[in-house]
Amino acid sequence: MIIQGLAFYLFAFVAVAAGVMVISSRNPVHSVLFLILAFFNAAGLFVLMGAEFLAMILVIVYVGAVAVLFLFVVMMLDINYVEMREGVLQYLPIGALIGIVLLAELAVIGGSWVVLPLSEAASAMPTPPIDQVTNTNALGRLVYTHYIYLFQAAGLILLVAMIGAIVLTLRDREGVRRQRISDQVDRKVADTIEIVKVVPGSGV
Amino acid sequence: MAVLNMEGLLREYLPILIFLALAIGISGAMFVASMVLANQRPDSEKLSAYECGFEAFDDARGRFDVRFYLVAILFIIFDLEVAFLFPWAISLGDIGVFGFWSMVMFLGILTIGFVYEWRKGALEWE
Amino acid sequence: MTEMPIILPAIPEIFLAICGMGLMMVGVFASKERASSLVSILSILVLIVTIFLVVMMNKGEALAFNGLFVTDHFAVYMKLLVLIGSTVALIMSDGFVKRENMDRFEFPILIVFACVGMMMMVSANDLISLYIGLELQSLSLYVLAAMQRDNLRSTEAGLKYFVLGALSSGLLLYGCSMIYGFAGTTSFTTLAAELGGHDGHGSVGVVVGIVFLCAGLAFKISAVPFHMWAPDVYEGAPTPVTAFFAVAPKVAAIALFLRVLMEPFGGLVDEWRQVIIAISIASMLLGAFAAIAQTNIKRLMAYSSIGHVGYALVGIAAGTEAGVRGVLLYMTIYLVMTVGTFACILCMRRNGQMVENIDDLSGLSKTHPKIALALMIFMFSLAGVPPLAGFFGKLYVFLAAIEAELFTLAIIGVLSSVVGSFYYLRIIKIMYFDDERDAFDMPVGRSLSAIMTITSVATVLFFIILTPVLDGASLAAASLFSG
Repeated sequence: MIIQGLAFYLFAFVAVAAGVMVISSRNPVHSVLFLILAFFNAAGLFVLMGAEFLAMILVIVYVGAVAVLFLFVVMMLDINYVEMREGVLQYLPIGALIGIVLLAELAVIGGSWVVLPLSEAASAMPTPPIDQVTNTNALGRLVYTHYIYLFQAAGLILLVAMIGAIVLTLRDREGVRRQRISDQVDRKVADTIEIVKVVPGSGV
Repeated sequence: MAVLNMEGLLREYLPILIFLALAIGISGAMFVASMVLANQRPDSEKLSAYECGFEAFDDARGRFDVRFYLVAILFIIFDLEVAFLFPWAISLGDIGVFGFWSMVMFLGILTIGFVYEWRKGALEWE
Repeated sequence: MTEMPIILPAIPEIFLAICGMGLMMVGVFASKERASSLVSILSILVLIVTIFLVVMMNKGEALAFNGLFVTDHFAVYMKLLVLIGSTVALIMSDGFVKRENMDRFEFPILIVFACVGMMMMVSANDLISLYIGLELQSLSLYVLAAMQRDNLRSTEAGLKYFVLGALSSGLLLYGCSMIYGFAGTTSFTTLAAELGGHDGHGSVGVVVGIVFLCAGLAFKISAVPFHMWAPDVYEGAPTPVTAFFAVAPKVAAIALFLRVLMEPFGGLVDEWRQVIIAISIASMLLGAFAAIAQTNIKRLMAYSSIGHVGYALVGIAAGTEAGVRGVLLYMTIYLVMTVGTFACILCMRRNGQMVENIDDLSGLSKTHPKIALALMIFMFSLAGVPPLAGFFGKLYVFLAAIEAELFTLAIIGVLSSVVGSFYYLRIIKIMYFDDERDAFDMPVGRSLSAIMTITSVATVLFFIILTPVLDGASLAAASLFSG
């Protein structure tokens, strides 16, 4: 129990600190690296809550793929970040104001936490007990059958994302020689080599 | 009851936590030790990149071709697709034939995307 | 656990999605020269078949997919608007796409997928299906906006739309998670049952969630103060895409707004009404005043659409069946007028180049009397001059507001529509009383002139078909309140 508590505070502290560093570090590449650190700690927090599957997905998808893409984009854009930061002080007051408003809202909600009476029954329904079914299994039992509509729609979204990526970035380049394997395989000796009888001394 | 079960779950993760702590500890120790104990007499030749390597301390932002981005984003899409396969593989016994065909349909949608990519030549590098 | 859910009510969506994928295969396997026009024609056919399917499935309220999806008269009405708008936008794009180097078969396919997303939005009966439908639609729209990727403004429009749209999706998701956290469910049916019995005194958490949800949705319909993307995106996106943006997604997002506020949160009407009134007034005023200074006609239409969304929100703020009926009628009329106006804008082409300045219209009555006449009809109608269509739209919305005793709102609405008519009338003045300029390129194409004719006749003679449209809208509005 005590280790659990310590681990929670460790992960939470590092996650928040890394989050602060993401927005305050000078170099955008460092920002991305801190973002990865924040993802790892969030994964740790998920494990502490018993949501193993989400933790693994966070590591596989976000750290493994999304963060790498972020690095790509940061490098691709070639931003002069010193110049970009010049306006920060100018916007700081309004940003701080919005932050304070949000904080006040959070305080208001915290002060008047009312869970509706029906909600406990509704929320207790779909989750099977943790000692009988693992987390991943419980998700699997719902996602593919009960929520098939959303599952297939998610497939469509991924499909549109594919179309979008290709439509926006793929160009046909002129004058590129591509490998055509079928042509290579189809090639016959008769097409390429011609045997000519040459009489010595007369040339071809 | 629930708390006990959570403990059981988390106990399984304890070795990983210990492993992480050890890894951080040992790598940190090595780092600090080499800074403190080793003789350090740097000169300009020692600090420069060997022959044709990248400069160690330089601006990291060179422009990449947008094609790298295309490959990366297609990778992410299929990565997400694979993420959906894990719970499916575990729970296949419970969700039966319907669950099986549900996933086949999902894979079918993405196969359409794959055929599209292939025919458009997005998977070729030129 | 493994039995098949009911899918029959969702047949139109399933059909459209499968056809979209089939069209992709047609596109990549057909020869390069023919692919684009072939897919374009097939998409139009598919959309028309879907319209028939939607009409055939019109059998009252039915749930599908374990309660995630619902069809009722309301959904059918809105889906018809969305599909008709999209089909017409696709037909209008024909000439433009060929001339402006946008001749790619992905264009109609993305419109088809956007339609699937919009139909899912209209039929959403759960916060998760709401979000998934919205994302499917938005993702297609981001790509469509940036479709002319060699054009700097189009790329900028796509990027701006994407960044701000992602932000709004974030707000919306935050709101959804708040609602889920405090109410413990995402299903609209359960939410309605839970919140209905509380006499409008839900927990603060749910109310904050609703406000965030409204903010996210207001973004999608470009209501003030979440409108800042609209002028830039409307101006930058290719014109047929702008026409599509102005029509279909707006109708779908309004439908979503109506369903979310009336069904699950109908019991909390006193809580969300102030928010809707505030954004409605702001949209009407900004739409009226900011449009005056515009010189680009597409930008002007963006501000005009912001204003019109404000009027539609008046009906939502009423929160009654009459209010919903007014909104439905308003969106129908808005669709007809906007499609017609954009058909006129697509005719504005000089020496093979699209022109978009309002000055380019000067003296249009002498060079192209027919186009000028059509545009004049649309402008009068947008301004709300009786007996044209636009007048009836505003009339029913304001009547509903007065019935609900929202007098201030109705008065501000009427005043801002008076101010707004200034810039519509200015266009008419430029067309009819200013010096003529070089003629536009002719011919404009058969489909464009047909659309202009049909929409302008419909706008003028709307009072004849008012009764059947109003009956349909009443039926649809009633189905939203029956549950």
